[in-house]
Amino acid sequence: MGGDIIEVENLTHAFDGFQAVKGISFSVREGEIFSFLGPNGAGKSTTINVLITLLPLQSGRVRIAGYDVAREPARVRESIGVVFQNEVLDRDLTVRETMEFHGRLYGIPRDERRAKIEEMLGIVKLTGKRDERTKNLSGGMKRRLEIARGLMTQPQVLFLDEPTIGLDPQTRLKMWDYIEQVNEAGTTIFLTTHYMDEADTLSDRISIIDHGEIVTTGTPDSLKNALGEDVIYLETTDNRAAEKALGSLKSVRNTMASPRGLVVTITEDGSRCLPAVIDRVRGEGIAIRSVNLKKPSMDDVFVHYTGRELRDTGEAGRGGS
Amino acid sequence: MAFLTIYWRDMIRFVRFRALLFSSLLQPALWMAFFGVAMSSNFDRLTSAVPVPAGAFSVEYLTFMAAGVIAMTTLFTSLFGGISLLFDKNWGLMREMMASPIPRTDIMIGISLSGMTKSFIQVLIIMVFGLLIGVNFFPGYPPLQIAYSVLGLLLFVGVFSLGFLFLSSTISMRMESPEGLQGVITLLTLPLFFVSNALYPIQAFPPFLQALSVLNPLTYLVTGIRYFTIGSDFFAIGTHYSYTAIDILIAFGALATFTTVMYAVAWQTFRKAVIT
Repeated sequence: MGGDIIEVENLTHAFDGFQAVKGISFSVREGEIFSFLGPNGAGKSTTINVLITLLPLQSGRVRIAGYDVAREPARVRESIGVVFQNEVLDRDLTVRETMEFHGRLYGIPRDERRAKIEEMLGIVKLTGKRDERTKNLSGGMKRRLEIARGLMTQPQVLFLDEPTIGLDPQTRLKMWDYIEQVNEAGTTIFLTTHYMDEADTLSDRISIIDHGEIVTTGTPDSLKNALGEDVIYLETTDNRAAEKALGSLKSVRNTMASPRGLVVTITEDGSRCLPAVIDRVRGEGIAIRSVNLKKPSMDDVFVHYTGRELRDTGEAGRGGS
Repeated sequence: MAFLTIYWRDMIRFVRFRALLFSSLLQPALWMAFFGVAMSSNFDRLTSAVPVPAGAFSVEYLTFMAAGVIAMTTLFTSLFGGISLLFDKNWGLMREMMASPIPRTDIMIGISLSGMTKSFIQVLIIMVFGLLIGVNFFPGYPPLQIAYSVLGLLLFVGVFSLGFLFLSSTISMRMESPEGLQGVITLLTLPLFFVSNALYPIQAFPPFLQALSVLNPLTYLVTGIRYFTIGSDFFAIGTHYSYTAIDILIAFGALATFTTVMYAVAWQTFRKAVIT
């Protein structure tokens, strides 16, 4: 891994007075898979659109592959590949024409272009669909074509905006394989997602973004470890009183109310201190409805840093943010 | 040369949408076949009462209006030409082009050149069809003069269509919905078409309409087309037409000016366009 290929300092972006991105700073190292994890509307797409030069830079500084997005947008565009959140395929062009069009836009000479198209279609297993119009492809094939297209220009950074949204579980897993292969071949990947498992599985590092701000950044493991050894979910008759009662327990690192009950992060082996937790709550005369002990997941990380669950944002499916 | 890529894609789509292709070719032919034949049988009956001056070259109405139909078709096709940009924008396809390293103005140039090509194809088809149903274009011209006249006509059609394609591209980039674009275009075509010399002489217009027609690019296109297809001196529907070389240069200059202004407006629009 080399130096930083994406450098963002104090990026702010507003739409008609609404602050979509509120002064975020982060950097992505060459060769890594870096994820922006957050609910729809958190500012992920706005950030990615500024990074890929579709939105003008309002304030702050952004450098991609050494080029400033405000001063050298054409250089930035040459250095990157993009797979958009919504499908960006001309329904009436064939698979080969779709690739041909893209290769021409990036000025790849004819022979090199032809060879690259065959190579890329081979990698995403679409060689047999070469002369099929894109409207006849399945959702997974369309996504693969878009990834092949994004990669045919050999970008230094590939931007993937919600790459597996709308795909069935099996296709999703395959897509993750492709993304990992692409990364192993040396392409840095900047990914936005609102799927916890996706960020957890793919990323070298994750930034959790919420309400236009980065709330934390780290490797999936370090983010999960920050929550302590284990997490206990408690559902009681009086969560507020239980929270108070547990506050003084030494092995308890943190307690937090969530829609699913009380989330208790602890510093020790959970199975050993669970009895103490139960005793303490019951000792206050609070009845326990259910108990659940598990290793922290990215869901817990998200709840921990944002105070709410990703699924509570009430948004799913394809939509801009 | 990135505009050639945009041009290539738009032409693929033109050829691929068979319905669009045939309707765009059939529509002007139908105008000629029905409106042209019906109107000319009436007009020729009425205007036969007006004596043709001695020595003047008289043209029947069908030939006179064929030039108008060529101009009208070019106007319609060009004003609608930018709509593919609106679809590209609405379906998100434009993001691929906007995120690529090509200059953004190449998008508008590519689309405009493909629109111009479509106009050329239509114009050539109308001419051939017109000649088949009795339009008296290129009267007694030797082959070389016909070739020269066709080139001159295409030059006028090309400059005119580019102007309206730039306008159409500008509107498309600033509009959200195809319905809105359609409304604006309908609003533009009616006055442009009827306040021109496409179907009748402007000499008999009231002064106000005459002043407007002088500002209308369509008038200059029709003048150019008539000059190249009929000649510099002829008599039609009771009016004597004569064009000098200067008249034609002025007409071309007017079209070129219009197109240059439209290019500047479209260029500004594309440079500032934000598509996400």
